[in-house]
Amino acid sequence: MEVTINGATEHVAENATVADVLATYGHKATAVVVEHNGNIVPRETFASVRLTVGDRLEIVHFVGGG
Amino acid sequence: MQNDSLVLGGVVLKSRLFIGTGKYGSDSLVPAVVEASGAEVITVAMRRVEKSASDAQGIMGHIPQHMRLLPNTSGARNAQEAVRLARLARAAGCGDWVKIEVISDVRHLLPDGYETARATETLVKEGFTVLPYINPDLYVARACVEAGACAVMPLGAPIGTNRGLRTKEMIAILIEELDVPIVVDAGLGRPSHACEAMEMGAAACLVNTAIASADDPVGMARAFAEAIRAGRGAWLAGPGAMKARAQGAEASSPLTGFLR
Repeated sequence: MEVTINGATEHVAENATVADVLATYGHKATAVVVEHNGNIVPRETFASVRLTVGDRLEIVHFVGGG
Repeated sequence: MQNDSLVLGGVVLKSRLFIGTGKYGSDSLVPAVVEASGAEVITVAMRRVEKSASDAQGIMGHIPQHMRLLPNTSGARNAQEAVRLARLARAAGCGDWVKIEVISDVRHLLPDGYETARATETLVKEGFTVLPYINPDLYVARACVEAGACAVMPLGAPIGTNRGLRTKEMIAILIEELDVPIVVDAGLGRPSHACEAMEMGAAACLVNTAIASADDPVGMARAFAEAIRAGRGAWLAGPGAMKARAQGAEASSPLTGFLR
């Protein structure tokens, strides 16, 4: 199914969880913050929050900045 | 000087140099820069992750655990975006400090004071410790303080320019008029610039580009730390009055008892 991740259309498995998506992105759950349809997803629920068609995910992390 | 701490958001800081983590040739320089600077507060930005990033640990792997993280809201073009970024930063689990940075002018990168004050108001109500990055404008600064900012961070010169304390007169007014610490942020390019800000009574300085863009960032971090200590010491010692040029000179040695 198609979802929007960080502004781009991506294919993910039906019923994929936030944790599943993070695994394909190669990022540790502890290093990122995830927003699901505009709401921040608590880290402890990454494995239980499932995506549905058309969902919007933002996956962000800290980078160098001033 | 020994008990001269800066208290921000209930946190006691010994160092009055805050540093950034942007623009380093390699992020692996950051730990040595932290040590040389003696800084306790360090800024980071928040961005989308890259797919399959090679350095999954990222900047956080290079910031020593004891540092107080000051995430900025860079990239925000209005208050709403700044609030969103601040909430995301807090959700990362590194505390509730935030540097509000709202910029819609892409050439000069000057902060939008109205949106910054609005974001400050919202985030203070949500329990954040808010440090807004502003033009040294008295009314904007007052609006931020009234909204609950724990300090204000006026710019010395536009971001990343290394041009020094171009806004000196306006910053002096903020120092005189406001009861919160004034942290000079942006544009300080040389240790002497930071020293001058501290001599004027600034509470601290935030330095990123000047350190990161030096040939030897570790050496420059040390130089800034020394300059800030010197400037702070001068402020505490109470600098003597400056004479106007029209008043002429005043001898330091006696004007009597000359050998003729």
